[in-house]
Amino acid sequence: MSVRTEVIAQFTQVAEEQNKEMATLADDLPLLNSGLDSLCFAVIVARLEDALGVDPFSADSDSPFPVTLGDFIRSYENAVH
Amino acid sequence: MPCINGMALRDYFSGEASAASPTVARVEEFRGKSVLISTSDQLSAARALIQLDGVARRMVLCTPDAPLEHLAAITESAEVDAIVSDQGALGPNYPAIASCETEWILLTSGTTGVPKLVVHTLQSLAHAISQGAPINPGATQASPVVWSTFYDIRRYGGLQIFLRAVLTGASLVLSDSHESPAEFLERAGARGVTHISGTPSHWRRALMSPAAKQIDPEYIRLSGEIADQTILNHLKSFYPKTKLSHAFASTEAGVAFEVNDGLAGFPAGLVGQKSGVEMQVRDGSLRIRSPRIARRYLGHMTKPLVDADGFVDTGDVVKLHGDRYHFAGRRDGVINVGGQKVHPEEVEAVINGHPDVRMSVVRTRRNPITGALVVADVVLKAATERTHQNDILAHCRKTLPAHKVPAIINFVPALAIAETGKLLRHA
Repeated sequence: MSVRTEVIAQFTQVAEEQNKEMATLADDLPLLNSGLDSLCFAVIVARLEDALGVDPFSADSDSPFPVTLGDFIRSYENAVH
Repeated sequence: MPCINGMALRDYFSGEASAASPTVARVEEFRGKSVLISTSDQLSAARALIQLDGVARRMVLCTPDAPLEHLAAITESAEVDAIVSDQGALGPNYPAIASCETEWILLTSGTTGVPKLVVHTLQSLAHAISQGAPINPGATQASPVVWSTFYDIRRYGGLQIFLRAVLTGASLVLSDSHESPAEFLERAGARGVTHISGTPSHWRRALMSPAAKQIDPEYIRLSGEIADQTILNHLKSFYPKTKLSHAFASTEAGVAFEVNDGLAGFPAGLVGQKSGVEMQVRDGSLRIRSPRIARRYLGHMTKPLVDADGFVDTGDVVKLHGDRYHFAGRRDGVINVGGQKVHPEEVEAVINGHPDVRMSVVRTRRNPITGALVVADVVLKAATERTHQNDILAHCRKTLPAHKVPAIINFVPALAIAETGKLLRHA
């Protein structure tokens, strides 16, 4: 599975679990307008760390905090490769 | 800087009177009373605090999320005999009124769900502001200081900023629970906020908003949760010109220290100093004695607020690495998920209620968004392969709020048990 597919799958899964109505996902979608809250993003980041073996937002990385979904996916793509 | 001795909060306030200001007689009605301040918006609460300090015997600062089912217990413990609510809230009107020392009662979450009532006075609350704070905003500065805070001012961290603004004559932009982080940041930017405080979780959420660019603060203060290196680095790179400070404070222990070097943890030299704020590390946890600690608990608390030597045990475990102490979680295992406390035992009890589960242990896991998350290790009764993480999560969601539901469940063959027969927990 590509990094992008994995990220989208986690967004969809967590939105369903937390009963959130998610906006249509697009790279320029601001994360805070996605319908998910901070807790949802926290869960997504934890599960992606288990799935992909990286957390691009932890202390020892220099990836800035993501604003859009595109930023978010790119942070993972850069960290994995 | 103002001296708090013998003066009431209203003596420092230089704001404009509101058109809807009530008469002196209204204020007199509260003299000597124990007043519950329960308003939906923060501005009404701010007015009441300014007017009633020095008049009321006691003020109970009801937080907006205070559990209504415990209101009877709160009013009984605090012997409430007057209430300020949104209807007929007090407007600012500052007559010469003789002052007494009012008790300020703050609510903080307890293990049983009933809030603990913590007694402060204006003197204990304002001590960190009048004594040696590194930044003393005021009229003497070239550009006016405009404070703001993500906190509600009825919580300890927000109250510090409210008092700082009133006592130094600075403006204060309040947050509003009805607005999004982006709306608040835009409003703060439009008002020219220069000094702003919040928890690490508040800041993590702010940095995910495009509106984070709307503010250009001179000073950012973090408190209320452990500031890890991740959030400090992110703030430093996003606001490169800003003075970044993280403070350790709790409702019971007051403000203990501020760290201004941009590094997580605190210099070991702060521990063992004999004057001002005294800090000790005993049994692995941080203890604090200072004029800023709360006076006592109100009501039916069996545990005293301080130990025999007058120290508050914060329950925060610290570990020494080199010349610096770092925080390593809570001794009681409490997990702080974005500022909301989770007791592992409560979550374990729910998980153990699932018919396929033999036992479980709930742990904390570091997270760059909420600081920490809840995760669970679960031992199943039999090798029931059909039991899936989702079944147990769905079971948890029936009774637990979202932040208490584990983010991840690990199925394990066994859990470590200590010689006492209790589950082994690791801070």
